[in-house]
Order: sequence, then structure tokens, then C-alpha cells
Amino acid sequence: MHCQECGKRPATLHFTKIVNGEKTEFHICEACAREKGELIPGTSGGFSIHSLLSGLLDFTPGSHAQGNKAPENLRCEECGLTYSQFSKIGRFGCSSCYKYFNNRLDPLFKRVHGNTVHVGKVPKRVGSHLQIKRKLDDLRKELQYRIHQEEFEEAAALRDQIRELEKNISSE
Amino acid sequence: MANRRFTEQPLSEWMRSGGKESEIVISSRVRIARNLLNRPFPMLATNQQSEDVLNQLESVLADERMQQFGQLSPVLLADLDELDKKVLVEKHLISPNLANESRSGAVFISEDESLSIMVNEEDHLRIQCLYPGLQVQEAWDKATSVDDIFEAHVDYAFDDHRGFLTSCPTNVGTGLRASVMMHLPALVLTQQINRILSAVSQVGLTVRGIYGEGSEATGNLFQISNQITLGQSESEIIENLYSVVMQIIEHEKSARERLLSESRLRMTDRVMRSYGILLYAAIMDSKEAAQRLSDVRLGVDLGLIDALSVQVLNELTVMTQPGFLQKKFQVSMSPGERDMYRAKLIREKLGK
Ligand SMILES: [Zn+2]
Ligand SMILES: [Zn+2]
Repeated sequence: MHCQECGKRPATLHFTKIVNGEKTEFHICEACAREKGELIPGTSGGFSIHSLLSGLLDFTPGSHAQGNKAPENLRCEECGLTYSQFSKIGRFGCSSCYKYFNNRLDPLFKRVHGNTVHVGKVPKRVGSHLQIKRKLDDLRKELQYRIHQEEFEEAAALRDQIRELEKNISSE
Repeated sequence: MANRRFTEQPLSEWMRSGGKESEIVISSRVRIARNLLNRPFPMLATNQQSEDVLNQLESVLADERMQQFGQLSPVLLADLDELDKKVLVEKHLISPNLANESRSGAVFISEDESLSIMVNEEDHLRIQCLYPGLQVQEAWDKATSVDDIFEAHVDYAFDDHRGFLTSCPTNVGTGLRASVMMHLPALVLTQQINRILSAVSQVGLTVRGIYGEGSEATGNLFQISNQITLGQSESEIIENLYSVVMQIIEHEKSARERLLSESRLRMTDRVMRSYGILLYAAIMDSKEAAQRLSDVRLGVDLGLIDALSVQVLNELTVMTQPGFLQKKFQVSMSPGERDMYRAKLIREKLGK
């Protein structure tokens, strides 16, 4: 794969951005990345990936409810990072940044991952609530299936299990 | 000093066995990123805060369930000189990013070097597992069980909606980066590689050169990894990567067969010439070394060269890197001198 900037050297930096479900790919070489002021990790500090990312953060689409520009004073109350700093360095300062910048993150995550909501592993202690919710969803699906299959004994057992879990959640 | 063996021995213990599909897949790696609740990420942390994170995470090593992974030696980055750091990066035991990190950066390395746990990298905690051959699932299984042990002791920054919260938006969600290092000389020779690599990037995977982001794919080595960490479960990520890698393996195998059947003589000539050059050259730059070693590896895999083990080639791949060379000969070298020492080392290694 050749660099899309110079067309000569092999592309060594690959990046995908997704805008409104449409994928665009960057493929550039080290020399061109450097020319554009993006440093390469592992050489002398700096993160091209973050520079590229901040390029993505810069053009939040106008379709967003709050308009194009983040309010000047949008900042994380916890660590003090402002949204404009975040969009320059492409990194969060603390986990609360996710809370304070939340309204503006969906378009970013959509572009980087094509998704906005986590569906993977849940830590047992911190995420116990979510784990129960997911378990409930699974059990309800299986209950439907059993009823459909007319396996009523299994269905009854599932229903009891669901009630038990629901009790746990509401007592929290 | 506990870290000495990590920097003096070129080949990690885990690299000695071949693993599945080891003719094409060099190694599998899984890394998961985690952060502690209510603490600034390392980028904004004070020295004291970083120190606290290190102490808290190090205390988890005492959990008896950690014993199943063997002795874990803590290595403080501040205790290492630049050369040692470079060697650890060349062996993939730490990231270049951690090597540059000044505040309370540390790594816990298992005896066989297949598990390394980085502290105060871009995120508070990064658990990394390395396996030979195609073993992404195995690497994930190990990483997630190490993760469970940490989670039993410390509160992670986790959000129902976004998942594991990471410093960089590209890691949020699962925090999982799974990657497979592949040797694909036949796809390069038959000029199918570009088509295949661009197909790979259509399905949410990225391809990089041997030493991580930004470095060139030298010696026909390509690292394939997932790009999406949010909205896909870990098992989806692992399965997706695995199935794509299996397809690439099939393409590489058939390209090798075609090369052998259609141009056996030319292939033999090519690999034997490279072997000859490695055996007798007096100057060898890193790019040429990588290319010649790739040819010879292909020759061994195809049965055109015998009496040479892939292990020696693995070893040379690590040893011919600048950091290791200087470590080995105990002199600091200009790039030109490096090329001379590199040639000398290769001659010595292959010459018996
Ligand atoms: Zn270029
Ligand atoms: Zn913050």
C-alpha cells in the first residue's frame, strides 16, 4: 500500500474514520506524517495517532444539537481539562471527563469505532448492576424461546429466576 | 538486579515453542487497558498520585491466584538506563510509550516473559500477554484472568454505557487490543499483499509494521490488530481477528505452493543467495538483515534450507535490533558501526 500523500513511499500509518456510517481511510508514510508536523511514536516523542485523532475532533458535525463549537467553558470539573484541550491532545485527563464531555462524545466514538455503547466484559464489583441487567435480558429471551417451544416447566423455572433477580435490582 | 535477564537474553522463553500455524504466524498478543476509579490518568497525575497507583497495583501481586502465572518481577523504569529500556521495547515487553514515561512507570514481567503488566503507561494498568504462533484466544484467556484478579482488589473506572474508561478514545469500551504478527513473504512476492491488506482494513482491523505504530513493515512481517474497541464484545473481536488471520494464512500457503511449483529454481536461488549473504557479509543494515532473514525463514519453512532452526531466526530478529546489538557488544555505536556489528553477529550465529 502506498502513501496517499506522496504516492511513493509505503504507507505505514493507517487510520479509519467513520462519518455518518461512511468509512474513509488514511494511509500515509512516516516522512509525510512528519512533514505535516505529526511525530511518530517510538522515534522522538509525540503521537501521530493523537494528532490524527484531534483532526477528527476538530470538525464535530453541525447536525449536533449544540451546534458546531463546544462552549468555551466546557471543562471537566474533576481534572480541569477543557474540551478544547481534549480536542487538541486527543486524550482524556480522567474518567470524569467522559461524564462532562458526554454530550459531545457520541459523534467521536461513532467515527472512531462505528459504535457508541459498550457490549463487552463487565467488572464483577463495579459493574454488578449492569451484569444483572444483562443477565435479565438473556433470561427473558430464553423464557420467550421456551414458551414458544412449549417447554413450560423450563419456562416456569426461568420466570422464578427472573423474579428473584428483579427483586435484587429493586432492593439496591 | 531482577531485570538483568530480561535485557540480556534475546529470546523470551515463550518464543521457544512454535505454537499453532507457526510457519506463518510468529506471535499473538493481547493487551487490555484499565484505569483506577477517581484518579487522574497518568498524563495528568502528579508524582505522588502516580506513586500511589503503582503501590496499589503492585500490592495485587501478593494475591495467591497470581502464582499460577509464575514469579512476577517488578521493574521500575527509573532504574533502567536508556539501552535497557530499548531492549525491553525490542522484545515487546514494554511499549515505546512506557519507555519514555518519566513518572513511576513500571512493568511486572513473568519469568517466561509471556506476561507483562505495565503501570502508568498511557493508562494506569496495561496487561499484556504474548504467545508464540496463532493463540489469540489463549492470550485473551490469560489476560482476562489476570484482569479478574486486579479487579478483585481495585475499583476500575467503568461506565455502564462506555465500558472501561481509557485515556485515549481509541481504546474505550473493552480496552482490548489483540494482534497477530504474520510473516507473509509469498503474498509480498506474488504482489497480492496490497489487495489483502486493504480488504483487512475494511473489516475493522489495522495492519502495522513489526515494531508497532509508525514503523515500517520490514522483513515481510505484518501485525494485524483490531481497531474497534467499543460496541463489539471481546469474543467478537477475538473471533473476527482469528478468522481473518486464518484466511490470510490460507492465501499465504497457496501463494507459497504456487511459488514452489512454478518457480522452484528461482525460489531456491533467492533463498540460498540470501543465506549466503547472511553467512559472509561484512556490513549489514537493519533493513537488509530483515529482508535476508525473511528469505531464509521462507527457505526453512519450504524445506529448501535444512539444518537451520526457526528459533535461531527468531533470535536474530530480536538481536539485530540496535538496542540489543549495543547491549551485546557493550559499546555504543554509530549507525555505520552497527551495520558492521550486525553482520558479525549474524555470521557468528549462523556460522556454526
Ligand atoms: Zn508519503
Ligand atoms: Zn477529567
